[in-house]
This record gives sequence, structure tokens and C-alpha cells, in this order.
Amino acid sequence: MITKRIIPCLDVKDGRVVKGVNFLGLADVSSPVKLAQFYSENGADELVFYDITASSDGRKLFTEILTEVASKIFIPLTVGGGINTLDDFDRVLKCGADKVSVNSGAIKNPSLIGEAAKKYGDQCVVLSADIKRVDGKFTLFAKGGRENTGIDAIEWVKQGAANGAGEIVVNSIDTDGVKNGFDLEMLEAVCNVVNVPVIASGGAGGIDHFKTLFKELPKVDAGLAASIFHFGEVSIKDLKTELYKEGINVRR
Amino acid sequence: MIAIIDYGVGNLFSLSSSFKSIGANTVVTGDPEIIRKAEKLILPGVGAFRDAAEKLRASGLDKVIIEETKKGKKLLGICLGMQMLFEKSYEYGEYEGLGLIPGSVVSMKGVVPEELKVPHIGWNGLIFPKDKPKSPIFKYLNEGDHMYFVHSFYATNCQDFVSSSTEYGAILTASAENGNVYGVQFHPEKSGEKGLSILKAFCEL
Repeated sequence: MITKRIIPCLDVKDGRVVKGVNFLGLADVSSPVKLAQFYSENGADELVFYDITASSDGRKLFTEILTEVASKIFIPLTVGGGINTLDDFDRVLKCGADKVSVNSGAIKNPSLIGEAAKKYGDQCVVLSADIKRVDGKFTLFAKGGRENTGIDAIEWVKQGAANGAGEIVVNSIDTDGVKNGFDLEMLEAVCNVVNVPVIASGGAGGIDHFKTLFKELPKVDAGLAASIFHFGEVSIKDLKTELYKEGINVRR
Repeated sequence: MIAIIDYGVGNLFSLSSSFKSIGANTVVTGDPEIIRKAEKLILPGVGAFRDAAEKLRASGLDKVIIEETKKGKKLLGICLGMQMLFEKSYEYGEYEGLGLIPGSVVSMKGVVPEELKVPHIGWNGLIFPKDKPKSPIFKYLNEGDHMYFVHSFYATNCQDFVSSSTEYGAILTASAENGNVYGVQFHPEKSGEKGLSILKAFCEL
């Protein structure tokens, strides 16, 4: 049976991984290439690279780094950040990305998902949605969670999957950074309306949170996190051993 | 030298990097002469069966592949490249494959339980057939080792040629072989060290 996936996310700015990284035995802790290799060798099922640079120089550097990462690690790579057009898809796929994650770009141009799915296949298009409760309603936010779009987030992801998004990443702004567990209520609302893999993001603070996620919501396919892995609070190997003991199917 | 056949579908960057990482000498090429001179062949492929089959035929490489494999040259098809080894595909129509392995390619919709998502994306374990020896391309693997799958269609009516299966609500063909022709549905180049070990074993054949 298919395994639950554990996915570390690396935010890259001007060629370096941001958010301090704290690994024993890693000399250059903010090198995207070294960190990607470390994760790949230590049980990550997939990697997400997020380009948070705004300048064109930064973007050029990002694509160079991506090419190097893709030539050295042999697990699936998803790339996001600054994906607004089919040319952006093309740019990162040529560097060796397997999937491309769209967020604000799809809000600005909703036909982007359908066009990309048609050109590169559904499996290549990941819709990443930043969602926050506003007056009790799940609402879609843009620009890294800074801008309230007023759009019903559940309707948005449902439409995105219908248009050809092959996977949905649910980033809960409400639980992000709180480290109190994933947003099960929000994830369930999404799982109920889509029939493509759903990736949970935002709120992981420890191993127990992944256990709860996969036990409470068997429909969720993967858990994504950044800082708890980067800071070494949770090792992916330990996490998978614990999940395995709980009867959750993981790749070990 | 191993030729990775380039017929205009998909990105061959990862595949060629993965061979490089195991020290294999490969060339990405659509040149019939180079393909004829190569020791072994890799047939990659992503996307829709019809497009890929049309492109392969338009390039004339389908004939080259058939001729070379008939002479005994070893071929490994990956993902859609594996599906094209069969006689037919029923992916949104009915299309001819290369016919190098008996069998056909059909949708997993209606075969896997409705609550399971299609495409089948993610890491799944290999099951080896009990009634035949393990394929030489899996010599470094153990039963249950996980590979990375991304597909909506799978090979069927090929029982005698199945070299591994995977379970996704139903038993699906994960790989098949017929003499010197090998095919894997999953992506060895995206399946970590275990996946690379399959490419290594193929190089060592």
C-alpha cells in the first residue's frame, strides 16, 4: 500500500536556505545542496524548494542551485515561489523539478492551473493554498498570507483540483508557527471536497502531531514541515520509526 | 555506452544525472546511428500514450528499437516508456505499442477501489512473483522495497511477464520483462538509493 510521505520544505533566498538550520555534522548549514543531500540520505520522501527571492538576480541564482540539487538527489523535487506563467513552469522543470507549486500566481490568473495541467500533466501541478479563518469561514490568502482575497478557500481548492491540480498543499495560517499540531478541521474540510492527494502544512511541533494527523485523517497523504526538521527538533528517521510503530505505513 | 532515447517527450535531465551518479556512460540521443551503436537502450517517457507513440513513430525510432532489441540488445523502458513496450494501450482510445512484451495498458479506474485516488502517486512497495526467480535488475532489492510511482494506467494481460507488482487496492503490474526487454512502471531515477540500484543492475547485465 502507498506510504504516507514526509516532506521537508526549504525556503531559499539569494542562494541560501533561510530560517537557521542546526544540524550536527553539517559544516555549511545553509547550503541548499548540502541540506537537500542530507534530507535525501535521511529518509525524506520528497523535497520542496521555495524561492522567496524577489530580484531577478536572486531568481537566476535559484535556478542554478536547483539544477545542482536536481543533479545530486534522486527523490521527487517540488519547486514553488514566483510561479506566475507557463514560462515559469518551463524554467524550473528544465532545471530538474518534477512538480511545480502555484499559489498567488493561480489567484492572479486562475486559468494557469488548467493550462499547466494540459501541457505538463496533472501530476506536475501542485496547488498550494494559504488559508485562514475569517469570521469562522475558511478564506484564501495571497502574497505569502499577507493579503485577504475574500475567496472561499474550500471552493477554491475544489475548483483547482477540478481544473487539473494533481495535489493540494493546505497551509493553515492559523496554526503556522504555533507548533501545536496540524489544522485537522481545515484539512478535513479540504479532504471532503477533493479526490487528489492532500499535503498538510503548518503547525507541526513534534512527532505526535504527525501521528495524530495520519490517524485522525487517513485521507491526508503527506505532512510538510520546515523548522522542526531544520532545527533538528525532529529527525525524519525517528519520526518514521514512531509512525511505523503506530501502524502507519511509511517508507523506511 | 547506454543510449537514453530522446524522442521529444519529457525531461531527461534527472535520468541522465542518475546514470552519471552511478558512474555509467550514457548519451541522450535521438540519432538512429548512435542508438544502433549503443550497448544498451533506455526508453523514457512521460505524458499521454498517444502523443508519445506518435512522436516515436514520427521519428522513425520505433523501428530502430524493434530491430535492435530483436538482435538481443537490452532495453529498459521507464514509466510511459514501459507502457509503450506492450502491444496496445487503451488510454483515451486504442493505440498500438511496440509489441515487445505481450499485454496491454488500461486505466486503473474501475480496477482500484473508488475511494483511492487516481493517479497513483507516491512510494509503494514491490511484490515479487513467487513462481519465478527474481529479475536480475532487482538483484540489489528486497521484497517490500519502496519505489516512486506516478501513473493512472497500468499493464495487464501480461501475467507471464510480470517481474514485480504493487498493491494499491488492487494488484498492479510494477514491472515486466520479456527476454532482453525490461520495463518498470515506477521511476527508479526518483526512488532514492534503491531506485539507483536498479539502474546499476541493468548496467551490469
